[in-house]
Amino acid sequence: MTAVTDVVLPVSPDEAVSVFGDGSGVTVIAGGTIVMPDITAGRLRPAKTMLLARAGLATVAHEGSTVTLGAMAPLEELVDLAAPVGPCAANIADREIRLQATVGGNLCAGQGGDAPRGDLQGALLAVGAQVRSAGADGTTTEPLEDFLARRHGRLVLDVTYEVPAAGAFVALDRPHTHEYTALAVSAARLADGTIRLAATGAGSAGVRLHSAEAVAADPDAAGTAALQDVQLHDDVLASAWYRERALPVLVRRALARLEESR
Amino acid sequence: MNLNVNGRRREVESPPLTTLLDVLREELGIHSPKIGCEQGGCGACTVLVAGKPRRACLLPVGALDGAAITTVEGLGGPDDLDPLQAAFVHHYAAQCGFCTSGLLMAAKAYIANGGTDDSRAIAEALGGHVCRCTGYVKIVDAVAAAARGDEFDLSTTAAGQYTTMHSGG
Repeated sequence: MTAVTDVVLPVSPDEAVSVFGDGSGVTVIAGGTIVMPDITAGRLRPAKTMLLARAGLATVAHEGSTVTLGAMAPLEELVDLAAPVGPCAANIADREIRLQATVGGNLCAGQGGDAPRGDLQGALLAVGAQVRSAGADGTTTEPLEDFLARRHGRLVLDVTYEVPAAGAFVALDRPHTHEYTALAVSAARLADGTIRLAATGAGSAGVRLHSAEAVAADPDAAGTAALQDVQLHDDVLASAWYRERALPVLVRRALARLEESR
Repeated sequence: MNLNVNGRRREVESPPLTTLLDVLREELGIHSPKIGCEQGGCGACTVLVAGKPRRACLLPVGALDGAAITTVEGLGGPDDLDPLQAAFVHHYAAQCGFCTSGLLMAAKAYIANGGTDDSRAIAEALGGHVCRCTGYVKIVDAVAAAARGDEFDLSTTAAGQYTTMHSGG
């Protein structure tokens, strides 16, 4: 059973930011899909917990071509968005988990697990998303790539991106909805023609495929180049050996789908 | 804090990080939601929270003050089965029964949202639920029958008789 612990239930984003402070000593529960099993099993015994359930931050807003996803927006709210974000969200777990799991939780997932988590990171990297988060140095907005590099001690508030001119999401099939995605590639062609590529399942967080982007006009070369951008690993879902062979294929398929959408 | 469970207001005293599943089973004595994997992976604990199917093992009760919860106990009893429960009986959709409560609640939400008897759509809606007995065919048949509004005379129901192997998801 749960030990006696300080549990705070903020009722506004400002209050959540204030309770979070610099993040030290605070365990944040957004949807709870990752944290709650750890608490129930006794692997995590937080001294202070913040439940974000009533903090707001759950809006999915469209303003022109700009999409803003609140940190507490459930992934199920994203499934109809344009590729790569929508199809990526739809590929996560099953409907019940998607009703519960959140955008903010997904961006903070991935550290220390035995399988790649945070599927959305790849799709949001591909569309060039900006993350607004709070922490020791106040509230800042930065590219997702920068956020992922320093996300410990940050409270995600929302994520914003411009809908790309075209997008694609390709993933290795999951044997069952309960599996995390072993490897996935997201691609986007931005309004100015730039092509961006990112992967999930190729490291402890989503990773941008810069080398592949540089030769995106040649899908075969891009597939091979992508291997320079990742540090592949063995885990319960797939071996590094397998991922090394699958990543170039997924990059080629993602670029082919972008091309089809012209 | 309070929960509204199957239409009844219930006081809850468990600590706020206790799962809804433990509160239902241990504090409130409602045993249809089952403790399976306790990590959101099996669907045996699925209940409706404000009409939506949710894994009770993943919800800290402290975030649910005032929420409306529906469990199998809120569907119907032996003498007044919900049509969905009747369809499960008629189609022999339960064997050991451990997964059944979660499947019933997920199927209830699916049908309430206008779900049809399309087997692929049913499979998608129930995709988070593990059944180790039936192979799912009879479950999908039962949900399809309930979605169509089929009516049953359970006094004539016999094992397996009404299941069609070609309609699996």
